[in-house]
Amino acid sequence: MNKLTLTTEGDTHIVVTRHFAAPPETVYRAHTEPALIQQWLLGPDGWTMPVCINDAQPGGKMRYEWTNGKGGAFHITGEYVALEPYSRIVHIERMHLPDPTPDNHVETTFQPDGAGTLMTIRMTLPDSKTRAAMLSTGMEHGMEASYVRMEALVNATLLQASAAHNSRL
Amino acid sequence: MTNLNSSFSALADPTRRAILARLAQGEATVMELAEPFKMTQPAISQHLKVLEAAGLVESRIDGTKRPRRLAKRGVEETEQWLATLRQALERNYQRLDDVLAAMQPQKGKKTQ
Repeated sequence: MNKLTLTTEGDTHIVVTRHFAAPPETVYRAHTEPALIQQWLLGPDGWTMPVCINDAQPGGKMRYEWTNGKGGAFHITGEYVALEPYSRIVHIERMHLPDPTPDNHVETTFQPDGAGTLMTIRMTLPDSKTRAAMLSTGMEHGMEASYVRMEALVNATLLQASAAHNSRL
Repeated sequence: MTNLNSSFSALADPTRRAILARLAQGEATVMELAEPFKMTQPAISQHLKVLEAAGLVESRIDGTKRPRRLAKRGVEETEQWLATLRQALERNYQRLDDVLAAMQPQKGKKTQ
């Protein structure tokens, strides 16, 4: 079962879980080694991460920059707070759009789960309003039907955009 | 310039998201928008004000009516953010599955 879950906890937390068919050490490395991160942490098709600075040690800085090659770009910056190979990572991050979003405190754990790993990401936002804004911008699944329609619209537009892009190739 | 932060707080309300979803299917008057929501027209107007201030919705004048429609710019900006966050989660982890499979040494013989 690889299904992603996303739930809220209290007023300020978001919890994401996902199972992976690989041991914790492998999943941990895929989250901390830039050459590996750049292969998967990319978002929608067409986006790449040309810059991945990831100094995975307490106090170390992270900076991920994404681009879609068509003028779309944004980046996140953050700092590592604690790392326990291969079971736990604590860091703080913010998005720059270009104004920075409020700090997101993130704890990621990797627990053995059968032959694989259960990853749990627990995000803590500064207040419920920030969390609501984050959730409403597309992170939560299974929300009200209206939101599903909104997603359909977004996906359709994305398809058009990528079709337009492909036709130019 | 559309203010992204106001876009986000405008989208934090489920009624406003529903209004946007309705407008995505075509323009509508306040009366038409109020109908499915069991809300008064002033209440809907209030939500529309927030959406307009965020650059997500605009109105046009048609005789005595002022139908609302999605503002392209607001949608485009919101869309980019939406796409980035939501699809990042789904697609990223599928890609990560592949990366993990490739990282597994010889013992990746599908032992469950």
